Amino acid sequence: MDFLSLAFIFLIAGVVAVPIASKFGLGSVLGYLIAGIAIAPVLNAAGVDVISLQHFAEFGVVMMLFLVGLELEPKLLWQMRNKLLGLGGLQVCGTAVIVMGVAMLFGLEWTISLAIGLIFALSSTAIVLQTLNEKGLMKSDGGQSSFSVLLFQDIAVIPMLALIPLLAMPDLMEQYAAPAPVEIHAEEGHGTEEAAHQDAHGGGHDAHDDGHHGPSGPTWIETLPGGLRALVTIAAIAAVIVGGSFLTRPIFRFIALAKLRELFTATALMMVIGIALLMSLVGLSPALGTFLAGVVLANSEYRHELESDIDPFKGLLLGLFFMTVGAGIDFQLLFGNFAVILALTLGLIALKAGVLLALSFVFKIEGADRWLFALGLAQAGEFGFVLLSFTTANNVVPPVIADQLLLIVALSMLLTPALFIAYERLILPRYTGAEEREADVVDDEAPIIIAGVGRFGGVVNRMLLGAGYKTVVLDHSSEQLDAMRAFDVKAFYGDASRPDLLHAAGLHEAKLLVVAIDDREQANAIVHHVSQNHPHVHIIARAVDRHQVYELYAAGCRNIIRDTFDSAVRAGRSAYEALGVHPFQAQRMARGFEDHDRYMLRDLAQLYRSDIPQTENPEYIQRAMELRDEMDEALRNGTSAFHARVDRGWSPPGTKDVDAEEAQAKES
Amino acid sequence: MPKVIVYFAHPGQQFSHVNTKMLDVATRNQELTVVDLYAEYPRFDIDPDKEQQRLLDHDIILFQFPLFWYSTPSILKEWQDIVLEHGFAYGAGGDALAGKRMGLAITAAGPQDAYTPNGYQHYPLRDFLRPLEQTANLCKMRFLPPYVLYGSLKAPNEGRVEPHLHGYRRYIEALQDGEFDSHETKPDEVWTADAMQMKAEA
Repeated sequence: MDFLSLAFIFLIAGVVAVPIASKFGLGSVLGYLIAGIAIAPVLNAAGVDVISLQHFAEFGVVMMLFLVGLELEPKLLWQMRNKLLGLGGLQVCGTAVIVMGVAMLFGLEWTISLAIGLIFALSSTAIVLQTLNEKGLMKSDGGQSSFSVLLFQDIAVIPMLALIPLLAMPDLMEQYAAPAPVEIHAEEGHGTEEAAHQDAHGGGHDAHDDGHHGPSGPTWIETLPGGLRALVTIAAIAAVIVGGSFLTRPIFRFIALAKLRELFTATALMMVIGIALLMSLVGLSPALGTFLAGVVLANSEYRHELESDIDPFKGLLLGLFFMTVGAGIDFQLLFGNFAVILALTLGLIALKAGVLLALSFVFKIEGADRWLFALGLAQAGEFGFVLLSFTTANNVVPPVIADQLLLIVALSMLLTPALFIAYERLILPRYTGAEEREADVVDDEAPIIIAGVGRFGGVVNRMLLGAGYKTVVLDHSSEQLDAMRAFDVKAFYGDASRPDLLHAAGLHEAKLLVVAIDDREQANAIVHHVSQNHPHVHIIARAVDRHQVYELYAAGCRNIIRDTFDSAVRAGRSAYEALGVHPFQAQRMARGFEDHDRYMLRDLAQLYRSDIPQTENPEYIQRAMELRDEMDEALRNGTSAFHARVDRGWSPPGTKDVDAEEAQAKES
Repeated sequence: MPKVIVYFAHPGQQFSHVNTKMLDVATRNQELTVVDLYAEYPRFDIDPDKEQQRLLDHDIILFQFPLFWYSTPSILKEWQDIVLEHGFAYGAGGDALAGKRMGLAITAAGPQDAYTPNGYQHYPLRDFLRPLEQTANLCKMRFLPPYVLYGSLKAPNEGRVEPHLHGYRRYIEALQDGEFDSHETKPDEVWTADAMQMKAEA
């Protein structure tokens, strides 16, 4: 099948299934899995190698870890170290040992059992992180703990890949290859056919492993002596850290010169793929490498730009990955052994959830978070596929068993969205009180976004920072940003008129957006987009003139500041004072002028229509003329309209009034 | 010679019949410090450090203002709130103003007979000034008898402005000459232009 047809099949399946799944509250992951199952017959008929496609799609996980790294400043990572090592380490070891014990009870060899234990100890980074992000649970205690465990698992894959070849027992494999009396094998009845099938797949795995998720360890590095090998590995990691710290800024500034959006995307992709390749070359996990690069870049001003560039690719590749998981389920084998496979899968989920629950008590993860943590990580993960193909290739696990394990992994992933739904519908309602408190904390963190930090936005930013507020600053001028960052301001490069960048900067949970960019059309577009899609965000917009006030008003902004108006009023006030008007009187006259001008502006803004020129807007013209007449009338009578308001309150009663009042007072 | 500072507070000076002329009298006195509060702080952002230094530099604080609603114009209240800090003007360690004197030069729209039990203001004028008097007491300052113009709105038509201005000059000179140094202010004591005249002749 040619590339376009294949792409079309996957795209249409995703586009149809995901919105439906989301509508029923099932989440996008389950939507993709269902889409995958639905197109499986088509793919089979066309002879598409789903497994190799899956290895390609696993690159989405690499990208996801890069994005996760971007969100995680080194300081934050250091704070997580206890959870990362303690919680993650205990989860992996505990689960592996218990699964190994159970497998040995089933009568399997200890080597096979250990391999199965390691495979099942891992959870699905792709599904869990995607779901946590989608549901906004990443920052909760349960989400953070889950992330710690997943990160540890990603790192743990590397020593596992080193350990597995040591478990090889070729003799044992021969025993399984012959129709031997192994319990599970005997029940299924068509072992040889399956074995052949698996062999074909196994070949596919190996061919694709190098560039992607699970490195099988390229041969050249294995030929190096141990010391040199360690040195090369350390050098590669150092290259990522040093390059990320010192090279990104000049590279991106160079790219910015071209003023082409797609070049940024290309550069971001180049970086991620390059790091992944480098890591594979030295036998490290590409996911770990890009995660590290992400952490290094978390403090960079290009962070949000990178985030919004990589994000769509990550989303599409993960979608493809989930679809291949759905499509890769061998229904023939599944239905042949449905009861056994389902029982084993549910058993595995219960076992993993049990270990996680026990850990949650040790690490004091409480309330709803405990259940989020326990249920969320109870599945086996995509690393399982990688490790499975690696174990068969290394003669550790016989293909017939591996095939069934593959089904258990896939089925447990398929059931994960159901576990999240169970968490939401059954467990969360019992902890609603706790959940509200948590929302408050998130609210405290709600960022203030300042788009454009030139002379206008810069002042706003300084005032907010000075008052102790946290701001996120976006600008597309590199020089401006350098100046800001020199003063320790959290500033990011990017074209603020792009909604995706605003999102990456945290628009969805922002309290306040200050639009102070020079480009008038873009400013109007931002205001329109945000006021339409995020009505909870308070927008303060800078207008360069009266017309833009109308445009911004029409776009939905109700807090519009004209950029030269206040200074002009102050100049007018200075003029009054220079002409001998008492400063307090000058102040009140200036305020009166301001009020009157605003009143006229508000009046006219409501009549302004963006779709027709003002000269063709009869209501606008009529009201403008009325207001002008009002002003003229007041001026002709010796006091302008704003004067009348200024004088009120300070003009004392005349002599006659005083006499009348006194007379009245005496009578009473 | 005691150093005198005049704090002038009048938000609507363009309508003033008497107060701006009184300000002129004060300004012409070379030995006097005169502060127009509404001119110096048109946006009410009073500088406490600067004002406290001014108080330290002078012996007699004289507030000149038209009586608004039985009290001072709003900026003078703001000035008190900001400048008379705890630890400076009163309370523990707050004796920076101890021994200084506080005087008032007030114009009131009501006639003198309004400020009697049977008049429409019901109370003597000094009763409305008790908060300021007590402010002086709390700050360990001595409260001087206030210099007052009754019926201020009708004063121009009745030819009472010139005598009042003349009396104001005398009042300030008396402060500067130390004539009030040992004066014990009585609870209902008020000085008017007539009284100043008599004092000058005495």
